[in-house]
Amino acid sequence: MNLTLKVWRQANAEAKGIMETYPIADVSPDMSFLEMMDVLNEQLMGQGVDPIAFDHDCREGICGMCSMFINGEAHGPDRLVTTCQLHMRKFKDGDTITIEPFRAQAFPVIKDLTVDRSAFDRVQQAGGFVSVNTSGNTQDANSIPIDKHDADKAFDAATCIGCGACVASCKNASAMLFVSAKVSQYALLPQGKVEATDRVMNMVKQMDEEGFGNCTNTGACEVECPKGISLENIARMNREYLYASLKG
Amino acid sequence: MALESKIPKGPLSDKWTNHKSKINLVSPANKRAIDVIVVGTGLAGASASATLAELGYNVKTFCFQDSPRRAHSIAAQGGINAAKNYQGDGDSTYRLFYDTIKGGDYRSREANVHRLAEVSTNIIDQCVAQGVPFARDYGGLLDNRSFGGVLVSRTFYAKGQTGQQLLLGAYSAMNRQIGRGKIKMYNRHEMMDLVVVDGKARGIITRNLVDGKIERHGAHAVVIASGGYGNVFFLSTNAMGSNVSAGWKIHKKGAHFANPCYTQIHPTCIPVSGDHQSKLTLMSESLRNDGRIWVPKNIEDVKAIREGKLKPTEIAEENRDYYLERRYPAFGNLVPRDVASRAAKERCDAGYGVNKTGEAVYLDFAAAIVRYGSEQAHVKGLDENDAALVKKLGQEVVRAKYGNLFQMYEKIVDQDPYETPMMIYPAVHYTMGGVWVDYNLMTSIPGCYAIGEANFSDHGANRLGASALMQGLADGYFVLPYTIGDYLADDIRTGKIDTSNPEFEKAEAAVKAQLESFVNTKGKNTVDYYHRKLGKIMWDKCGMSRNTKGLKEAIADIKALREDFYKNVNVPGTTSEFNEQLAKAGRVADFLELGELFAKDALERTESCGGHFREESQTPEGEALRNDKEFTFVSAWEYKGEPSKAKLHKEKLDYEEIEVKTRSYK
Repeated sequence: MNLTLKVWRQANAEAKGIMETYPIADVSPDMSFLEMMDVLNEQLMGQGVDPIAFDHDCREGICGMCSMFINGEAHGPDRLVTTCQLHMRKFKDGDTITIEPFRAQAFPVIKDLTVDRSAFDRVQQAGGFVSVNTSGNTQDANSIPIDKHDADKAFDAATCIGCGACVASCKNASAMLFVSAKVSQYALLPQGKVEATDRVMNMVKQMDEEGFGNCTNTGACEVECPKGISLENIARMNREYLYASLKG
Repeated sequence: MALESKIPKGPLSDKWTNHKSKINLVSPANKRAIDVIVVGTGLAGASASATLAELGYNVKTFCFQDSPRRAHSIAAQGGINAAKNYQGDGDSTYRLFYDTIKGGDYRSREANVHRLAEVSTNIIDQCVAQGVPFARDYGGLLDNRSFGGVLVSRTFYAKGQTGQQLLLGAYSAMNRQIGRGKIKMYNRHEMMDLVVVDGKARGIITRNLVDGKIERHGAHAVVIASGGYGNVFFLSTNAMGSNVSAGWKIHKKGAHFANPCYTQIHPTCIPVSGDHQSKLTLMSESLRNDGRIWVPKNIEDVKAIREGKLKPTEIAEENRDYYLERRYPAFGNLVPRDVASRAAKERCDAGYGVNKTGEAVYLDFAAAIVRYGSEQAHVKGLDENDAALVKKLGQEVVRAKYGNLFQMYEKIVDQDPYETPMMIYPAVHYTMGGVWVDYNLMTSIPGCYAIGEANFSDHGANRLGASALMQGLADGYFVLPYTIGDYLADDIRTGKIDTSNPEFEKAEAAVKAQLESFVNTKGKNTVDYYHRKLGKIMWDKCGMSRNTKGLKEAIADIKALREDFYKNVNVPGTTSEFNEQLAKAGRVADFLELGELFAKDALERTESCGGHFREESQTPEGEALRNDKEFTFVSAWEYKGEPSKAKLHKEKLDYEEIEVKTRSYK
């Protein structure tokens, strides 16, 4: 199929960006979206045009490195997939596709479609862990049985890949879904409960300092999340936060 | 330089305990004055960084991705082995050790493997304490499943995302130390070279991938945890950025490179769909717990399938060839990866491949769906003879176990694996070879260590499933943090490493010169053009089966391709900006050297063992034929200016505890 791509080009963080238009021919429906971008880049280099910079690594939907806002949606029109797992069979011949970076104050553009998501790392560094050293003397893994339902819920929250689609999709650029996923994972497990109060306070504080917006319960984050992280996590984090605030 | 493996004396099962009690330690106060660099943040790098920081060292950690959490360990699916024997099925440290040695076709170092089996149980305890949500049963205890090449269930898992959960655990441990200021994290930084001062590793040169700035970093020890080199094949299950460069740079500075030809071709990957293909996707080995592998018995059926006239579900049971169950009745679908891959190739080469390219076999879950469905119907007191109900219930069980893998398959192939068998074919997945290390995980450069997939030590000529995660975390959490102290104990009076030293200057100048030369070549071919060509040579001549003629051709072809690369590569842009093509050019340049050494190593080893299959060395039934008399050694290559001139050192492998036998899964 033949497509028209409208792509955000921005030389660096300081430069002003613009949308450029590129035609691309003979796209196979079996290609992934990023493979289509590879073909475009090979084509651009042949014409002496700087290739489009975009983040990507594992290309199997788990590392969370690929981003892209495609036709107004984080990771494009398919549900429960990242851009690397989006296939061209979701488009049709003659389509015009608009490709932009994930936009948020806390995610400044580095170049073209590449953004800086290190704010997520800093939120995790503020409390996204259980304080246990490596010793080789930790108690046996089966010494604390954990209700399967809680373990499964903790796992579901823990599958967040930190891609930032929730932030990019939110009209307020809120990171509540991301932060609440980590808070929930630990809040649901006995190992995480000991530090629950400090964790939620510190992570929320860092989240606010990074410039993420507030949550107004619109739910766009849940719809666009490639891993289907549930809004329930936000409710749980709000409870945890309230409890922590009262506890002081 | 002589190879000294430094394996401690004494009985095998006491070696590690005794060694740990006797090696030198660094006092807490002195640790604060010692800097350690870690390159890479996969399971090995992240766990080592966190543990070294917990111990009190100042750690500087580097990754090329935008966050340490992206490292490719994240993509590991199936699980992690540990000799916990929670299932009471006869597992033990010895059995895990034995299975790993046998699985590696008697080409790994006995003492290292025993240590790995010993610490395996600690890993599970540690991860659970960190809040890693492993799968549990209804009693709240940890669940297990089985993997290839073993007869027990010792694999711990978190659905098909075990690597992700373990890596996020190690990442969280790192985050805690970053927060405390004990780890300084450098994202989007690429290691460009190792700096050796007076024979010791004293730092690295890096490039900031955002602005292109070249930086010097000094340290008392450098740990390479940069993963494997499967991307030398261009198409592999590795991430796009996975590369050999850190390992190759230290090789060029004096670290021996061991067994480069030992590559794991994983049997169950999604087949190639076209020329645009940029990478291959694995379907976890855990699927072979429940999936049965087959091709049609009759060649007419194969033809009809390829023409779209027949569906696999329409082929009667008696007309299917479950070739693994046929050839290997004892292990069946759970034979080790090298065996399963070769068997798939054998059937496809014979013309029985079931897709258009003729390079695919079926992985079928229909039987498992019925088995689980009947069980569920029985448990729930429902009608076990209601086929539709049984199917529905069975699909639910399969979804709970492998849901994310099935979804991934459906998105890529556009077929529903709950209704029709998956199509799969072998693909490059893991490299057992890597930087040579001694028992302490130190390379042949004093002060330079290699851990995880980047080293060669534990898997011999073939790795068993769910053992990579185990090794990465064993090295990073439980081995390196202790053994490194033995070396650093002599460094407590050294003081800060001075990066204005001439050796740093020289290394930096060489790095800058190479980068400049890439952007100034202004040739006609893109970097990917060369990478694809290299991949094709590797796959055709150094892939699942190898022979003298092909390997000799590969050596010549790769050398010619490398020369052409330096003359005609086109790297757009400048060195002082975010330039993905420039980063890729450096990585491909190193692959173009490694590939040649790979072929040379494969040529020298005229036996077949594990993943290395030489056509000249096979049994009449087509099984791999080892030559223990001549080849029970590790090939450690010393760099001598060009890959083809590399000098071979042999580390003889002694087996004290285990009787070396023909590996049989029949």
